[in-house]
Amino acid sequence: MNPEQILFIFFGAISLIGAIAVISFRHPIYSALSLIVTFFAQAGLFVLLGAHFVAAVQVIVYAGAIMVLFLFVIMLLNLGTLSAQGAIGGKLKGFAIILGILLAAEGIYIAMNALNDTAVASAEAAAESVTTTTYDIGELLFTKYLLPFEVTSLILLAALIGVIVLVKREGQEEN
Amino acid sequence: MPLEYYLVLSALLFTIGVIGVLIRRNAIIIFMCIELMLNAANLAFVAISRSLGEATGQVFVFFVMTVAAAEVAIGLAIIVSVFKHRQTINVDEVNSLKG
Amino acid sequence: MSKELIVVLLVAPLVGFLINGLFGKWLKGNEKLSGWIGALAVLVSLVCSIIAFTSLNGGAAPFDETLYEWITGESFAFNIGFRVDALTAVMLLVITGVGFLIHVYSIGYMHGDEGYTRYFAYLNLFVFAMLILVLGNNYLMMFVGWEGVGLCSYLLIGFWYDKQSATDAGKKAFIVNRIGDFGFLLGMFTLFAAFGTLDFATMFDDAEADNFQKVFGASTLVVATLLLFVGAIGKSAQIPLYVWLPDAMEGPTPVSALIHAATMVTAGVYMIARSAVLYDIAHTGEVVAWIGVLTAFFAATIALAQNDIKRILAYSTVSQLGYMFVGVGVGAYASGVFHLVTHAFFKGLMFLTAGSVMHAMANELDMRKMGGLKAKMPITHWTFLIGALAIAGFPFLSGFWSKDEILHSAWGSSPLIYGIGLVTAFLTAFYMFRLIFGTFYGESRVEPEVESHLHESPPVMWLPLAILAIPSAVIGLLLGWGGHESWFHHFTKSVFPEAHHDASGNVLLFMVISSVIGLAGIAFAWTRYSKRAPSDEPTNAMHKFVANKYYVDEVYNSLIVQPIKNASHYLLWRIVDNGVIDGIVNGVAAIIRVIGGTLRRFQTGLVQAYIVSMVLGIVLFLAYYLFFA
Repeated sequence: MNPEQILFIFFGAISLIGAIAVISFRHPIYSALSLIVTFFAQAGLFVLLGAHFVAAVQVIVYAGAIMVLFLFVIMLLNLGTLSAQGAIGGKLKGFAIILGILLAAEGIYIAMNALNDTAVASAEAAAESVTTTTYDIGELLFTKYLLPFEVTSLILLAALIGVIVLVKREGQEEN
Repeated sequence: MPLEYYLVLSALLFTIGVIGVLIRRNAIIIFMCIELMLNAANLAFVAISRSLGEATGQVFVFFVMTVAAAEVAIGLAIIVSVFKHRQTINVDEVNSLKG
Repeated sequence: MSKELIVVLLVAPLVGFLINGLFGKWLKGNEKLSGWIGALAVLVSLVCSIIAFTSLNGGAAPFDETLYEWITGESFAFNIGFRVDALTAVMLLVITGVGFLIHVYSIGYMHGDEGYTRYFAYLNLFVFAMLILVLGNNYLMMFVGWEGVGLCSYLLIGFWYDKQSATDAGKKAFIVNRIGDFGFLLGMFTLFAAFGTLDFATMFDDAEADNFQKVFGASTLVVATLLLFVGAIGKSAQIPLYVWLPDAMEGPTPVSALIHAATMVTAGVYMIARSAVLYDIAHTGEVVAWIGVLTAFFAATIALAQNDIKRILAYSTVSQLGYMFVGVGVGAYASGVFHLVTHAFFKGLMFLTAGSVMHAMANELDMRKMGGLKAKMPITHWTFLIGALAIAGFPFLSGFWSKDEILHSAWGSSPLIYGIGLVTAFLTAFYMFRLIFGTFYGESRVEPEVESHLHESPPVMWLPLAILAIPSAVIGLLLGWGGHESWFHHFTKSVFPEAHHDASGNVLLFMVISSVIGLAGIAFAWTRYSKRAPSDEPTNAMHKFVANKYYVDEVYNSLIVQPIKNASHYLLWRIVDNGVIDGIVNGVAAIIRVIGGTLRRFQTGLVQAYIVSMVLGIVLFLAYYLFFA
C-alpha cells in the first residue's frame, strides 16, 4: 500500500460517509455540515489527482460560498422549528432505494468497463505521469474556451438579476 | 491509482445524491443532493482528465461550478419565496401539479 | 381582330363588377353613378363586339388563340383560350346588345332599391361569365362560364333574399341546374377520355377524321353528346328539368329578361350549336329535336291557363327554347341560332314591358287585376304588342322568319315534329294575345288606389323598350330574308356542318301556313278575350289540370324530393348521423376519458413521484444500452 492508495481510501471513505450523512440527518443544518465535509474530502481527492486548481476552487466556491448560502437560508427560514421533515414514507421510499441500487450497479459496471474503451485505454498508458498545472487550465480557458468562459459570466449575471427580481417581487407583495 | 477506482467512487456518490433527491422531503436537502451529484460528475471529469493527460476536463469542472453557483443562488431564492407563501418547503405539500 | 380587343371585351364587365362589388358601400349614396358604371362596362363590351363582328363580316379569319396555360400536366393541358367565329360573334352581339339595354332599363327599374349596387355588381358578373361561356375555345372554359352564369342566376333570382319564395326559387334553380351540370361534366369527361383534349378545334377535326379513342365503342360520341344535352336540358329548361324557370321569375324583372329569356337559358342551344360537328356525327339530333318539340308544346299548353303575366312569359320562354332545340336538333343549326337571336330581342322586350307594367301597378302581376292599360301606358302597350306579334309569327316580324325556318327544316326531318310545332305556334299566338287583351284592353279591373298613380315609365325605362322594339320588328327581315339563302345563313356557314336535311317543298307555302296559323291564334284569342276578362276559376277538370301546370311540381315533390327528405331524415340523420357518426365521436371521447381517468392517477402532484419515474426511465435505458444494444 503506497501513500496514494491510503489517501484515496481515506478521502473516498470520508466523502461516502459524508454523502450518506447528508441524506440521513433529519435536520438540514447537519446535512449541510456533512456536505461540507464531503466537499473537503473531494478537494483532497482532486489534489491526489494533481488538479490543484480545481481543489482550490472546490474549497473556495463550494465549501466557502455555496454552503454558506445554504446555511444562511436554513437559518433565515428557521427550519428547525418545523416538524416532520424526514424522509417520504412507505412504498415510494423502498422503490426509490431499489432504483438507486440498480443505478449504482449500472454506474459501477460502466466504471469498470471504462478502460475497455479503446480511446481512453490508449491515452491512459501514454499520459499516466503527466500532470496539468493551473497554467494549462488558464491557457485553455482564455484561448480554446474563451467564448464559453464569457458565457459563464452571462449566466452569473442572469442569476444575479433573477435573484433580485424574485426577492424584490416578494418585498412589493408584502407592502 | 487506477482510473476505475475514481469512477466507481464517482458513481457511488452520484447514486447517493439520486437516492437523496428521491427520498427526502425537504427542498433544501434535495438541493444539497443535487450539489452532491454535480460533485460526483466533477470527480469523474478530473479523473478522466488526469488519465488522458490534458486539462480540458478541469476546464469543464470550472464551468460546472459556475453553473452550480448560479443555480444555487436562484434555487435558494425560489425556496425562500415558496416558504414565504406557504410556510413550508416540503415538496410533498407543494402539489399544485396534482391532476 | 386583336388579342387586346378580346381581352377588353371580356374584362370590362369584370371591372364593372369589381367596382360595384368592392366599392358599392361608397357608391350607395349615388345610385345613378353605380348604375351607369355597370351600363358603361357593358357598353365597352358592346363596342368591342361590334368591332369584332364587323371585322369578321369583312372577311377576317376567326380568332382562336390561347392566352394563358391554366393547368398543364404530363399528357394534357387546359388553357385559357378564346375563339371568336361567326357563332360567337352573333352571341356576343346579343349578349352585350340586349345586356346593355337591360342595364340601362335597370337604372330606372331598380331605383330606390336597397341592394342597388349589389344588383349591378351581380349583373356585370353575369355578363362576364356569359362572355366567358361564348368566348371559350374549349369545353372547360365553356364550363367555367356555364357555372358562372348559374351562380349569377342563383344570386339574382334570390336577389330579394328576405322574401322566402325568392330564396326558395333561387335554391330550386341552383339544384335543378346542378343535375344538368352533372350531365355536362360527365359529357366533358367522356370527351376528354376520347380525345385527350377539350379544345374545340382539335376535337372537331379529330372527330371528323374518326381519330379518337372509342371509350364506349361505336357509341362513344352518342354517349358524350347525350350527356352534354343533359346539361343543356338543365340550363335551357327543357323537359324534365324546366321546373326551375317559371319559379325564377321571383327575381327582378330585368333579370328575367336578361338571364331567363335572352341569354343564359339559351346557353344550351349555343352549346349544341357549338358542338354541331359532334351531334352530326353521333346522329343524336333527333333526341334533341323531340325533347325540344315536346317541351315547346307542353309549356305552351301550361301558358294557356296562367294568369300571372311573368309566368306566362316564362312558359313561353320554355316553349320557344324548345323551338330552338328543334332547330339545332334537326340539323338546321343556323336556324336554331337565328331563332335564339330574334327571341332574345322580342322576349327581352316583352319581359321589360312586363316590368314596366309591374312598375306602374305596384308590383301587381295578376292580369285579372289589370285591363285597359293601353290608355295609361301607350308606349308600353305598343312595344309589347310588337313583341307579341313577333313571337306569334305575324308576317314579316322577326319571329315569323326564324320560326318558319325551323318549322320548314323540321318538315324535312319529321312531319310529326312539324305538326306539333305548328300546333304550338297556334297556341303561342293564342296565349300571347290572351295576355295582351287581358292586360291592355277591355275594361279596367285595376284597384282604385293603384289606378290613381298609374303612369307611363320614365324615359330611362321606356327608351330601351323603344330601342328593343326596332330589332324585334325588323331583325328577322334584315337577317332572314331568303330562307336558307339568307344573310344569316351565309354569315354562319363556316361554323356549322353542311345541312343534311331535305329543304324541299315550297318555301312560300310554308310561310303562308305559318302566317295563317299565327293569325288564327290571334283571332281566336280576340273572339274569346277581347270583351271579357280571363276566367277567374278553372271551369272544368282539364282546365284545372293545366292551370296547375299538370301538377309536375307536385309529382316531383312526392317522387323525388320527399323520398330524399325521408331518406335523409330516417336513414342519414337518425341512423348514420346519430348512430354511427355520433357513436364514433362519443366513443372516442369515452375512450379518451377512460384513459385519462387512469392516467390522471399518476399525476399525484408529488415531485418525487415524477422523479422516480424519470430515474426508472434512466435505469431502464442504461440497462438496455449496456446489456442489450
